[in-house]
Amino acid sequence: MTKNKFWISGVAVPVLIAMMLLVLSSRVTANAEPSAPAAAVKIDNFVFGPQTLTVPVGTTVTWTNSDDIPHTSVSTEGVFKSKVLDTDEKFSYTFTKAGTYPYYCTIHPKMTGKIVVQ
Amino acid sequence: MPDKKQDLIDQSLQDLNNDSVDRRGFLKCMAWAGTGLVWTMSGGVPVSRAFSKGYGKDAGKGADFTFVQISDSHIGFNKPANPDVTATLQTAINKINAMPQKPDFIIHTGDLSQLSKPSEFDTLDQALKSASAKQIYFVPGEHDMLSDDGDQYLQRYGKGTKGSGWYSFDHKGVHFVGLVNVANLKAGGMGSLGHEQLEWLEDDLHGRSASTPIVLFAHIPLWTIYPDWGWGTDDSEQALSYVKRFGSVTVLNGHIHQIMQKVEGKVSFHTAMSTAFPQPAPGTAPSAGPMKVPAEQLQKVLGITDVNYLVSGRSLAVVDSPLGS
Repeated sequence: MTKNKFWISGVAVPVLIAMMLLVLSSRVTANAEPSAPAAAVKIDNFVFGPQTLTVPVGTTVTWTNSDDIPHTSVSTEGVFKSKVLDTDEKFSYTFTKAGTYPYYCTIHPKMTGKIVVQ
Repeated sequence: MPDKKQDLIDQSLQDLNNDSVDRRGFLKCMAWAGTGLVWTMSGGVPVSRAFSKGYGKDAGKGADFTFVQISDSHIGFNKPANPDVTATLQTAINKINAMPQKPDFIIHTGDLSQLSKPSEFDTLDQALKSASAKQIYFVPGEHDMLSDDGDQYLQRYGKGTKGSGWYSFDHKGVHFVGLVNVANLKAGGMGSLGHEQLEWLEDDLHGRSASTPIVLFAHIPLWTIYPDWGWGTDDSEQALSYVKRFGSVTVLNGHIHQIMQKVEGKVSFHTAMSTAFPQPAPGTAPSAGPMKVPAEQLQKVLGITDVNYLVSGRSLAVVDSPLGS
């Protein structure tokens, strides 16, 4: 009896807890799986940061303008083109093919950046 | 950083009160505080001196005609550097209206609006209606051609112009050329005029007498001030090669929201203050974004430029006046 009691309190309960945690954690994982990867580019002080961003295929990249001056994010090769982004405005684009995507601000063309999709 | 900027501004203001400052030093501090500057050009020899209140009253007296340059109104901008750009534009217009000699016309060297919005252009038009000079010539800044390849700008301000809005006109013997260097900008580059416009310019100047005074105006400087910030025009050299044979050439620009001057041979370059907000001197800040100055100093770093032209002496005087003087 004492042995059984020990088994229940010392082993069975922790195992049960561990199993519950596993179920919970697998649920969390299952929920996260369908959402696509995301990455961010911050526009600050007339600079795209990071200037080169490497992401896996399927990633949605979001640009956010943190300057007091409007900017754009436009693909040099015509792949994507944001509208004019005023302060705190965002633009997103999902990269579905591997490759290197150079882009720039059409208002301040000295501002350039690159998205590398692998 | 703000303390450093403040120190520079204070230093500039102090320099301005010191009459013994040399021309180089004066020009340097003008870039910051701009209480005014006069230069006259006679026989290719440029002379500049401080703009005192006394001179201001006489400015334009005896000149054959006067015109005013305003720039970078950025109507629609509402950030801390200047939450009321419409009010400062109105102050600039009031200053123009108070000039002793009524200007024949006004030139606006671009960035009329912040975001090329119809409502912003409407507000600008409304304010400019109160100007004593009814004739206003425009060239676009990059902010005026943001979302529609400049269609809105061209409909409102570009009637009868060529390409993306360039044109020329003659006034009392002076040939004026408005150029556009903010359209179709290439990644990694600065301002650009483009092949078509350069060909037009060559043709426009062709056959004109070398004694005709020429005034070129465009938004982005037509000389390289600071490439890291894009303060220059990639193909301006070619444009300037077409005006080299003329005896008097004046180049007026905006874009950098501060006064900068250069004289190269018979060509005088000049950039105007903004009517909206100041920008930092080249390389003195992490970026060319709006510079915040204490509210009481704002009107010292905003202003208008009036240009007096004297036919007899073939001289041309550019006077920069801050709003707060």
